[in-house]
Amino acid sequence: MIDSIRGDNLLSLNDLSREAIVEVLDTAESFVEVNQRSIKKVPALKGRVVASLFFEESTRTRLSFETAAKRLSADVLSLAVASSSVKKGESLRDTIATIDALGIDAVVMRHQSSGAALQVSRYVPHVRVINAGDGLHQHPTQGLLDAFTIRQALAERRGTTGLETGAALFANLHILIVGDIRHSRVARSDIAAYVALGAQVRVAAPGTLLPEDIENWPVSVADDFDEALEWADVVGLLRLQRERGSGSFVPSLGEFTQTHGLTFERARRLRPEVLIMHPGPMNRGVEIDSRVADLPAAVIERQVTNGVPIRMAVLYLTVAGSKEGSPK
Amino acid sequence: MNINEQRQARKGGLTFLAKSQLLSADDVSRALRRMAHEIVERNHSHSNLAVIGLQTGGIPFATTIASLLGEILGESVQLGLLDVSFYRDDLSINPVPVSSTTAIDHDLTGQTVVLVDDVLFTGRTIRAALNALSDWGRPQSVQLAVMVDRGHRELPIRPDYVGKNLPTSHNEAIVATLDGVWIGTQVPA
Repeated sequence: MIDSIRGDNLLSLNDLSREAIVEVLDTAESFVEVNQRSIKKVPALKGRVVASLFFEESTRTRLSFETAAKRLSADVLSLAVASSSVKKGESLRDTIATIDALGIDAVVMRHQSSGAALQVSRYVPHVRVINAGDGLHQHPTQGLLDAFTIRQALAERRGTTGLETGAALFANLHILIVGDIRHSRVARSDIAAYVALGAQVRVAAPGTLLPEDIENWPVSVADDFDEALEWADVVGLLRLQRERGSGSFVPSLGEFTQTHGLTFERARRLRPEVLIMHPGPMNRGVEIDSRVADLPAAVIERQVTNGVPIRMAVLYLTVAGSKEGSPK
Repeated sequence: MNINEQRQARKGGLTFLAKSQLLSADDVSRALRRMAHEIVERNHSHSNLAVIGLQTGGIPFATTIASLLGEILGESVQLGLLDVSFYRDDLSINPVPVSSTTAIDHDLTGQTVVLVDDVLFTGRTIRAALNALSDWGRPQSVQLAVMVDRGHRELPIRPDYVGKNLPTSHNEAIVATLDGVWIGTQVPA
């Protein structure tokens, strides 16, 4: 168990303790305030270089990581993989070595292969590696920002702030995750974060979209989606990942929507206080009805907004200082 | 000790071991009252005064000074909280400090800002605070009030209002709260 990500890599949420996660969420609260100032910039990472390496397409994660790094005053090296030597067949190891030779302090990396971030952390042990999504494995900052969004929304309703509540609002909170669990690194990171914070997590999906080793996961499996919706305090939807072949795991998109989509009908039966989440990008009309995405209970835009302070917190804690530090 | 004080005392994985108490709660309260009067005396225009406490140790002193100023002037004085973690110059050589709340809800342009901290030592926290303040506008002037000045400055910074001057040696440590001021040493936790 890791009790703090300070001065460390962030590759997975699986081995983070509750304290480590709460520390990131609390630090992010400070950055929410920075993002509300008229000058949205602090000098914490002045002179540091953060490389952003996205081997897989992304809009929100890449933009929010680069915004986060810039608001911390870091210099950002951004590699556009499509127009780089990767297209000439350069290996991951050589690409990393080239970027490292320019002198970098951290790499933010997304890659289509599970474990790619871990591999890179072995190539460049002196550089902090932040996993921005690796294959089916993990998407740690998404898990953190989802937990942050839940804590913020629940704290606001109680007239308090996330900072005051620590992990208390997660005790016995019922979180339902629906959809393509098998191909989802977001589900894997979300579950790790929610369970570490003390929530109860249930998953609902057609049998073919559940991973084979689901019985080893710290979650229960819902037999019936509609019953599970009654149980839930938070409903987290997942994108049906057609680029990973999810389409061939269900008879048809229409049937998936019928059995496991959050249709307008289903959303209307939810208790009004139930939060609806989606990591984006949405397939409107498949896993979520277009009208549901625009309900007040949907915190989807807030998830995007919170991406910047969470990623600032992660960059600050991992990159700003050494783990132990030298004595004063 | 409340949580903030404990955090303060645990800075850098060290615990404060008190040797003796130098000021009582009464001494502290009298010193703060005197400082509030000095602030009023020195600033002819009181309408643009803003008191800003530095996290975490400066907050109780800033809160007290702001309410004393309110009493003396008969009108409330703006109070803000400032955390300077993101502005420190020792981020690369010390463990990453845990940040806490910053709450300055107005533009500081044209204001007379009184920064308040518990202990003035090397002056580096104040340097970071001056940098941070410039993100909220251009104050007319910035003054510094500290409960304890223990010397050993590493930067050209001096306080305008001092609760107590306490010459110390480099390896001693000071803890200042509203309950009193103690001298001791930092020992590994």
